Amino acid sequence: MKKRCLEYTGIFCCLFFSLLAAFSVGRYIIPFKEVCGILISYIAPVEPYWTDIQYRVVTLIRIPRVLGAGLAGATLAMAGAALQGILKNPLVSPQVIGVSTGAAFGGVLAILLFESSLATMGLAYAGGLLSLIAVWVLCNRGRGASPLSLVLGGIIINAFFTALISLIEYVADPYDKLPAIVVWLMGSFASLSYDKLFRSAPPLLLAGTLLWMLRFRINVLSLGSEEAQSLGIDVTRTRWLVMAVVAMVASATVAMAGVVGWIGLVVPHITRMFVGNDHKRLIPLSCFLGGMYTILVDTLARTLVEVEIPMGVLTALVGTPLFAFLMYRLMKDER
Amino acid sequence: MFEKIERETSNNERAEKALICARRVGFRYSAEGEWILKNFSFELSAGEIMAVLGPNGRGKTTLLKLLIGLVKPVEGSIRCGGRLSYVPQVSTPAFDYKVLDMVVMGRAAEIGLFAVPGARDYKYAEEALLRLGIADLAQRNYSRLSGGQRQLVLIARALVSAPCGLVLDEPTSALDFKNQDLILRTLRQLAEQGLSIVMTTHAPNHALHVASRILILEQKTEYLYGPPSEVMTHEELHRLYGLELKKLTFEHHGQELQSVVPIFS
Repeated sequence: MKKRCLEYTGIFCCLFFSLLAAFSVGRYIIPFKEVCGILISYIAPVEPYWTDIQYRVVTLIRIPRVLGAGLAGATLAMAGAALQGILKNPLVSPQVIGVSTGAAFGGVLAILLFESSLATMGLAYAGGLLSLIAVWVLCNRGRGASPLSLVLGGIIINAFFTALISLIEYVADPYDKLPAIVVWLMGSFASLSYDKLFRSAPPLLLAGTLLWMLRFRINVLSLGSEEAQSLGIDVTRTRWLVMAVVAMVASATVAMAGVVGWIGLVVPHITRMFVGNDHKRLIPLSCFLGGMYTILVDTLARTLVEVEIPMGVLTALVGTPLFAFLMYRLMKDER
Repeated sequence: MFEKIERETSNNERAEKALICARRVGFRYSAEGEWILKNFSFELSAGEIMAVLGPNGRGKTTLLKLLIGLVKPVEGSIRCGGRLSYVPQVSTPAFDYKVLDMVVMGRAAEIGLFAVPGARDYKYAEEALLRLGIADLAQRNYSRLSGGQRQLVLIARALVSAPCGLVLDEPTSALDFKNQDLILRTLRQLAEQGLSIVMTTHAPNHALHVASRILILEQKTEYLYGPPSEVMTHEELHRLYGLELKKLTFEHHGQELQSVVPIFS
């Protein structure tokens, strides 16, 4: 118990310092002292020793952006860990069940037809929901829920919506709409405002809480359908519940920041190296590591070079070597 | 028909004290499908071990599913004096868990959808490990255990929910002689403690060694049920396994033992 307390204290410290670092680093660097002052001024009156620009950059731009990135990363990592558990497959990620692509299609369609970010968000949710329903219908209207049928259904829906996205890109105005679509698809937290954050936070917080509460059931489901059923739980219903929650995470993050891949695949694997497979611990820790990882990558995205690197590109650029390393280690163990 | 069943029950003294009682059970997966089990009756008292023999694909797994209630009989009834716990065949899990975490999952039905096991659940899990004499394995990784140890862990997991009986799917099939002995000994001890045990097996010697009741599933929907001496005759075994075999009786330390030896071509 004491060891666990120490562990979580350590994680909280890491999270706290990565937040501070993310608030202070960027194209416009703000020293730690000023960042701390600005943050403290939220809860206690402090005589300002920072400039107005520093205050605005931290409160209007960096706080919503960093919190959004952290929230998206935390829930995507939990969703990935949960999905890998219920599908008995360590190689799946929230993208696999097709919901991200469905949501992306909704968002792309909205960019093509409308101008408002509210429409983009709304249609992204609608697209995500539509693809979950499609997978559900493919699985014999929910009666089947074997890992194979869920993955196969997801792949089909994924391919279908990928084709539709390509079609929209093909017909979109190449000077005006197409660049917007392409940039949005690559994912970015750059446009995160308080408005967007407050609209996306409730579903993400709800989904994260549900996944955290379901962590023991995910352990049982990871034993496989027959074994889980013989232990006296309703496998089909519980699997669909987890699927729906993962779909909520996938659509909400796409609606917030476009398609940000690789987090749901890589972070659970990194976490397993520390705590093993037990989802009772894997899910909470994935939440923290996912948040930290995404905040870190987002900070890199906006500081590495002059122009901001799209998030989806960077998560893949950081994620693939990491995953390759993990796979290399795994293969070495197996030999 | 109801009357007929009544009369049959009163005729049969065994049924009175039976813990598991199957009466004229019929089962098929769909309304047009072939009957897998038909007009099928047996009973098992507390402390008895029943071995189920039969060729692959004959419905052994379906019978186990009926017993633990995963599927319901289409005809007839299965009455049970309490909960029956299922022990699956040993397999390599997709995710490796600590033994204690594996065993505590036996409490899943008692733990709510959004809850995690508490101190009491872990206490039950530790007691189950202690009962089987493997308390020292609690913190080991399941996939690092030997086949026999894994089977013991799965039995411990089944015991956690305080069942009145165990239903085991080929508990000895993947094990070497020493581990086969370990599992059979454990099953016999559990039966002596009052549990009813149903196990499927492909090894007639295991059935002869531990079982007091034998159920042989034959071709079509026929079956044989009774004590080993009546059911496991030379002719029946020959028919069941489809090859020449010898049933031997020999003495060992003053005990009369029986063994079935196949004559391979």
